[in-house]
Amino acid sequence: MRRLSRLLAIAAVGLALAAVWEGYKLIGQSIGPEGGPSWLPVATDDLTMPHTWDILAAFVEPVQRGRSETLAVFLLRSAWFTLREAALGFAIGAIVGLGLALIMLRSRFLDRGLVPWINISQTVPLIALAPIVVTWGRTTFLSDTQAVSLIAAYLTFFPVAVNGLAGLKSPDPASVELMRSYAASWWQTVIKLRLPAARAYLFPAFKLAATLSVVGAIVGEISAGVRGGLGRVILDFAGRYTTGPEKLYAAVVAAGLLGLFVFWLANLAERRAMRGRAVELS
Amino acid sequence: MTAITGRVRSAAPAIVVGIVLLGAWEGLVRLFGVQEFLLPRPSSIATALGEQWAGSADTLGTVPLREAGLNTGIIAVTGLLLGVALGVVLALVAVRFTRLGEAFTPFAVAVNATPIVALAPIFNAWFGLTSAFSNQAVVLVVVFFPVFINTVRGLTDVHPDQLELMRSYAASETTILRRVRIPNALPFFLTSLRLAAPLSVIAAIVAEYFGGPQSRIGPVITQNASFARYDAAWAAIVVASAIGLGLFILAVAIERFALPHRPTEGE
Amino acid sequence: MESTTDATEPAVAIRGVVKVFGAGTDEALTAIDGIDLTIAPGEFVSLIGPSGCGKSTLLRLIADLLPLTGGEISVFGKSAEAGRVDQDYGMAFQSAGLFDWRTVAANIELPLELMGWSKADRRARSAEMLELVKLPEFGDRYPWQLSGGMQQRVAIARALAFRPRLLLMDEPFGALDEMTREHMQNELLAIVADLDTTVVFVTHSIPEAAFLSDRVVVLSPRPGRIHSIVDVPMQARTAELREHSEFFKTATEIREALRAVEATIPSAGAPEPSPSTGEAAE
Repeated sequence: MRRLSRLLAIAAVGLALAAVWEGYKLIGQSIGPEGGPSWLPVATDDLTMPHTWDILAAFVEPVQRGRSETLAVFLLRSAWFTLREAALGFAIGAIVGLGLALIMLRSRFLDRGLVPWINISQTVPLIALAPIVVTWGRTTFLSDTQAVSLIAAYLTFFPVAVNGLAGLKSPDPASVELMRSYAASWWQTVIKLRLPAARAYLFPAFKLAATLSVVGAIVGEISAGVRGGLGRVILDFAGRYTTGPEKLYAAVVAAGLLGLFVFWLANLAERRAMRGRAVELS
Repeated sequence: MTAITGRVRSAAPAIVVGIVLLGAWEGLVRLFGVQEFLLPRPSSIATALGEQWAGSADTLGTVPLREAGLNTGIIAVTGLLLGVALGVVLALVAVRFTRLGEAFTPFAVAVNATPIVALAPIFNAWFGLTSAFSNQAVVLVVVFFPVFINTVRGLTDVHPDQLELMRSYAASETTILRRVRIPNALPFFLTSLRLAAPLSVIAAIVAEYFGGPQSRIGPVITQNASFARYDAAWAAIVVASAIGLGLFILAVAIERFALPHRPTEGE
Repeated sequence: MESTTDATEPAVAIRGVVKVFGAGTDEALTAIDGIDLTIAPGEFVSLIGPSGCGKSTLLRLIADLLPLTGGEISVFGKSAEAGRVDQDYGMAFQSAGLFDWRTVAANIELPLELMGWSKADRRARSAEMLELVKLPEFGDRYPWQLSGGMQQRVAIARALAFRPRLLLMDEPFGALDEMTREHMQNELLAIVADLDTTVVFVTHSIPEAAFLSDRVVVLSPRPGRIHSIVDVPMQARTAELREHSEFFKTATEIREALRAVEATIPSAGAPEPSPSTGEAAE
């Protein structure tokens, strides 16, 4: 019931935003020439701001004249391509992030020594290096799409490492003492106590990492010029904007939906993994 | 033990790890003879940084890094400020008009889960391919969502006891906002600021890929990479990182200053 | 897990034990200074004293959860460390400390898992232990579905699951209400009598110590030393004992010892170092 009303609220806001869009266009075009008065921040002509229904209609029209494939199917195919890159990037990022968290748990020196560098790593716009990463990948065994996955992994490891470490440190001292009273090894304590306790921290990080992996994959595709995915599609449609602005909007919407989809997947995984756990009887 | 030696001691592991990492990078590249286009040595990046800082010494015509960094920095900072301001204002509105906030917040969470940088070409179409505002708008939107979501959470996640206490004083909604909600939201807001600060630089650079003036870090990286001058490309990256790091440190400093009684995690 | 010790060997022998926290620094704090105590097999010994007397610290030294500064402790003729590694003792803490992602049965089976028991054996033993603590139908529940008293019984079942010869308890009933507490005390006595377990029991409560123990060790604080030992006359410990004059006599004796201890304390002093957040956490 609550989920339904939530979905309805989101739909209502979406509709309201569409109404604002159309209203803005209407006002602009009714008081000014072609694109509306020049003092408006965004021109209101159909090229700059296509009608919302035209954008929706573009989904079911052929992607190109002479091709039978509709834009929706084409975008779905591209999204699948990007999703695979993102998934590989997410997996690499999650493994690296968790590995770093374990290393920092193990060594107090590396904990204090690595944390600042992990923070700094996120100020490095590696995304900008996508072409170099791809070139680098070509000289090794990596395909271009795998190189894009590597860029996605660079974005995703960060939240996993930071939250993972906090989660691994989260068990209360009494539980750690209990494990020690059993003469449990470091690994046994990690497996039986620290990792299960870390789930409450890891899954929010996974949710963030999932959406970041899509961002990384899309931007990586764009700057590396990898064909086949949504990033490249957005770039292409941006280049041919004047002949079909709705297509660019449709592609951006598709990218948004892909982001939501992986977020939903991560949410689902969280629910399953946390099943049976106290639903904080507040 | 004085405060200064304590600080040095706590920073020592980071410095040691940093030196080891840089040394390993330099050493491995030299040892295995890795080609410069794969991974330039830190020393050649530093040299390129020195050469390109004030002006390029060759005929490629790339902008000096100082100028490119300044331009990108201005885009990032202005976009950041606009995004933070909009995020805070709309969060206050969302809390004041509860119904509206309840409908809009899940929408914002949903949008935040999408690759917002993909909006860059649309903003180019709106505000013009060479307009700085096209890039600022991308930064603004990227910054807006985390700030908005966190601030709303801080304004609404108030302890019920505190609200009851205020109601028992017959305090008005405005007083409750000023005395309870805003102080409660402050740490949430500052956390989002710390997240958004380095994000603004990255968003600016990604936006620059889609268009905008050429005298920026993004185009400088692309041009240098396409001419296979990877040390110069890396030098541009270093400049960008320095801007992001500077904003991050500033955000941490603001956080420390505004919340002196709380420990800040990570720095 | 068969007891092979001869009757003359003590369960716990504590000789000249000293514990200093932060030894060698400006903030060095002597928690325990020269304690000698011998506990016979099958004996129930309580440690009581005002906060800061080091009773929890002494318990953790026996458990080898804290390193000794001086003196020696042997558990069934072995070093405390060997006792921990060989799993000669079970331990129960003030908070039940159940892992909230494990069912009740899985919590009880945790030490057995670490000892490499087969799944069938673990199941059988946890069912048996649940029977013993009178929670037979709660095995598949999660900790948050149980009341505080029930959680504490599960913690005791977990401590006893592998039939240790020694049970170390740190204020296990401290967080319970008076009714539940008395009930748990009766059950604990029945269980340890059944399994012939030696118990070292830290408590704040005079009636609890008087009711449960064969001997009550009264400790004085800063640094922790043995002030006196109150011998409790042998008699059937049934619910009726609580109304018996012998019980009140013992309680009075303990109370007077504690008063004498209190009289020696300067009004202010350093708080008791929390042993669970000290070296034990590493």
